[in-house]
Amino acid sequence: METYYKPEDLPKFSKMSEGSPELWKKFSDWYGAVFQAGALSEREKALIALAVAHAVQCPYCIDAYTQESLSKGADLEQMTEAVHVASAIRGGASMVHGVQMKNVNSKLTM
Amino acid sequence: MEVRHKSMKAFGESLANANEQLKIINNESNLPHFDEKYELVGEGELHASNIEIMQVNVGKMCNQVCKHCHVDAGPDRKEIMTKETMQICIDILKQTDIPTVDLTGGAPELNPNFKWFVDEIKKLDRHVIVRSNLTILKESGFQDLPKFMANHKCEIVSSLPFYKKTFTDKQRGDGVFDKSISAIKNLNELGFGKEGSGLILNFVYNPVGAFLPPSQEGLENDYKRELFNTHGVVFNNLYTITNMPISRFLDYLVQSGNYESYMQKLVDSFNPSAATNVMCKFTISVGWDGQLFDCDFNQMLEMNMDHGAPDHIKDFDMKKIENRRIVTAQHCYGCTAGAGSSCGGATA
Repeated sequence: METYYKPEDLPKFSKMSEGSPELWKKFSDWYGAVFQAGALSEREKALIALAVAHAVQCPYCIDAYTQESLSKGADLEQMTEAVHVASAIRGGASMVHGVQMKNVNSKLTM
Repeated sequence: MEVRHKSMKAFGESLANANEQLKIINNESNLPHFDEKYELVGEGELHASNIEIMQVNVGKMCNQVCKHCHVDAGPDRKEIMTKETMQICIDILKQTDIPTVDLTGGAPELNPNFKWFVDEIKKLDRHVIVRSNLTILKESGFQDLPKFMANHKCEIVSSLPFYKKTFTDKQRGDGVFDKSISAIKNLNELGFGKEGSGLILNFVYNPVGAFLPPSQEGLENDYKRELFNTHGVVFNNLYTITNMPISRFLDYLVQSGNYESYMQKLVDSFNPSAATNVMCKFTISVGWDGQLFDCDFNQMLEMNMDHGAPDHIKDFDMKKIENRRIVTAQHCYGCTAGAGSSCGGATA
């Protein structure tokens, strides 16, 4: 295997139904419902998904939700801001753990 | 990809040739032919019904050279409809009750007989749509046109691919967004786009790239909110239109390596409900030289009306036209994908 991630694998997502079609149906029905317009618009949901895709660093999801965000009327400026939100939370999550470092430091040092 | 300053034809590019375009779009063996897919609609072959719109392409000359233009229009294009051909269109209108005439181009205003043509159509009490690119209305020699179109109660339909400058200028050229906003302000001052004025101003969104348009209703709300809050301008309706894989957009798809995936996306998104309302069912398209087509896209691919229907307005025969079989090719998937696409926006 020359690489773990191949673009041509993305359309094979639905093959995950093989082995457990019932669970796949539940997953895909729920997944579809999640992205329908509700209190949030489809565009807002696509941008959240794009941000999360970056946070979980999923190449399939980044590909899919860049396309989806564009198709829902977002532009590069909005998508870039979404990526910054994801990056800020990831960076902030590291930084806030510094409090633990300081707690341990306080306990162990004079 | 830079914005062009001349048409593909001016540079002698192969995709300026309709046959070269057809070789590409009809050569995708993995995809079902459009006619096979259309059978899912359950109406048999695609046929026209009542003709509600005569769309007249009065010339390919344009002051802009947009990246996605399906006409390959530009300042260098010399194909302009003559007054004699316009007169034949008027004569056909007199013989029929086609209620709407949709003027397109290029920039239709650049035809030297544009005003005369509109005058004559309005004398017959037909509705006139002018597909204006907005920036032409700011050019010297054309600044009286907003008032002319207001006096004639023309409906204006204008491309504005996004409510922000970046996407718009990327597709249509530097400075186009600001100039368009200035033109919209002039039109608003005359009443265009304002509720109750009777003067209609509609905008057209088309994706700035290889993706399908978003929901028309949702995007219209975004456009209305953002354009009013940022620029203080108003309009009536937004039409979302899918880019057809022909001419300059086809060139972009091929050059950017998006062609196969875009065609697959169009086929995968085939929507029988959208296909039921495709515009060719109720439209005839007249070329600058009087040739007849099922739509403006077929016109650019030089696919004339066929299957017993006349291919030129001098042979116009409504009986042969109103139930004609539509001439199709793989680009037709552009009108049936997702929420559908037509000169009046989504169809589903």
